[in-house]
Amino acid sequence: MNTALEAVGINKRFGAVSAASDVSVSLGINEVLGIIGANGAGKTTFLNIVTGYLKPDSGVIRYRGRNITTLEPRKITQLGIHRSFQIPQIFPKLSVFDNILIALGIAGSGRKSVWRPLLTGDSGDAADAILVRYRISDYRDREAGLLPQGIRKLLDIAMAMVGSPNILLLDEPTSGVSADEKMIMMDTIMDVLGGSEVGVLFVEHDMEVVARYANRVLAFSDGKIVADGLPEKILNDPEVRGLVIGNELRVGSNRE
Amino acid sequence: MTLKNRTVWCLTIALVLLVAVQPVLPGWAVNMIAMSLSNGLVVLGLLVIMRAGLVSFGHGLYFGLGGYGTALGAVFLGITDAFVLVLLGVIASTVVAFILSFMIARYRGIFFALLNLAFSMLLFGILVNSIVLGSTDGFSVPVPSYFGYVPSSAETRVSFLLYGMICLVVYVSTLAVHRYLHSTMGYIGEAIRENEVRVDYLGASVKQAIMVKYIISATLAGMGGAFTVLLIGHVTPEDTVYWTRSGEFVFVAILSGTGNVAAPFLGSAMFELVRTYALQYAPEVWQLLLGATLLLMIMFLPNGLWSLIQSNDRKREQT
Repeated sequence: MNTALEAVGINKRFGAVSAASDVSVSLGINEVLGIIGANGAGKTTFLNIVTGYLKPDSGVIRYRGRNITTLEPRKITQLGIHRSFQIPQIFPKLSVFDNILIALGIAGSGRKSVWRPLLTGDSGDAADAILVRYRISDYRDREAGLLPQGIRKLLDIAMAMVGSPNILLLDEPTSGVSADEKMIMMDTIMDVLGGSEVGVLFVEHDMEVVARYANRVLAFSDGKIVADGLPEKILNDPEVRGLVIGNELRVGSNRE
Repeated sequence: MTLKNRTVWCLTIALVLLVAVQPVLPGWAVNMIAMSLSNGLVVLGLLVIMRAGLVSFGHGLYFGLGGYGTALGAVFLGITDAFVLVLLGVIASTVVAFILSFMIARYRGIFFALLNLAFSMLLFGILVNSIVLGSTDGFSVPVPSYFGYVPSSAETRVSFLLYGMICLVVYVSTLAVHRYLHSTMGYIGEAIRENEVRVDYLGASVKQAIMVKYIISATLAGMGGAFTVLLIGHVTPEDTVYWTRSGEFVFVAILSGTGNVAAPFLGSAMFELVRTYALQYAPEVWQLLLGATLLLMIMFLPNGLWSLIQSNDRKREQT
């Protein structure tokens, strides 16, 4: 599998706390990599470092061979590495439709447009098509900030996906979503991704979700990678369970 | 007809009406309309940055630069053509805004507002200490010519040509801002106001967007200042750059609301009308009236006068 994203020897400290300690990760195109770990293990810090929100103390991030360690978030986004957030980063006072429309406008050639109208027949149709694809068209004209958590999460992910990324980073996509809706939500995301050449890296606490959707799992503990491998192996490793999962639940991969 | 198209039609009708009625209007009314339009340009500039969640308490800086640029061109460079003089004022405000935008675009909230105020007070300090520029008394500006034509002495200072020029420039500027606000860059303003992090992670430059908005805003303010100086025929630091002038523009912006590009002119006309009558009939309590109006607006119409028109639109759509 071709490596698209590569982090080598990443270190990051916040005072006395080590959030990343010699973290090295690679992600291939079409790979779905699940990251697990207890709270404070350094999962989100790693995502923040990859997307330029935080700069590592040492180490290198490469995207398709290019060093992107010092780039700003928007430059990294422009290269094709997009992300969603644990707390959905949407435009709360605007409608769901306007959220998508703005994302489309920025992602399209109109990024620097000061003259061409954002809302045209084509862009409106494209925004509506995205809402249908993510099954949120019922909320089209609702104020985004007032929507249920699951819908806001989907909107956040839909906005991250608008620019056709090559790498998609999802930070706890199902957190705050009811147990019944988690799989539906992940199915929706994976359906949209189906067929596109996208490497996905997602941070997740729900081991059932990880087992079902990841084809490789990384386990973080105290800023270190303690395990890296196939889901059925990692999720059933007693040492990993002790450090990360903390229970005796035996999980098998039932990914179809 | 969409709201967007309706704005264009309404502005066009307003332009035709304003120009058509000029010959039959009394001089004071023509002057008041022209002043409202000039000040409305500054408020339109504030609208552009307010859509991005930014308020400037120092737009008198650009208003003053536009005014002094025009006045200096007329008095010290001997330029007589009104178009060239206005252009000089606009260039002065735009160039300064471009330079300052690199610094100002990094700040938000109260820091953004007060940094603008600080720069405006710096210019005020320079002007009041410049004897050659008339210090606090300022200096007079001769009546300009229009492509070689000099209005006769029988005409008032606010000749049909100056009035027509202001109407036309305001019309074109307002349509341009309207178009801009409906573009991707225009919408990015609202996105920035809502969530800068997401704008960044969509791949747009927040700083660049704010710089562009700031420069547009300053250009409009400079234009307003240039016209005002031509209308009054005199320029002083207190009438242009002083902080009370900047505060007045923010006041009118709040009174107007940011819902539509026509709102600043509506608010500005209302302000001029109230001020004219209040100064005539209740000069002692004018400031009190101003404060009471602002209080009532914030309590009952937080989105400005334009929200009355918007709520009527919504009611009509529902019926």
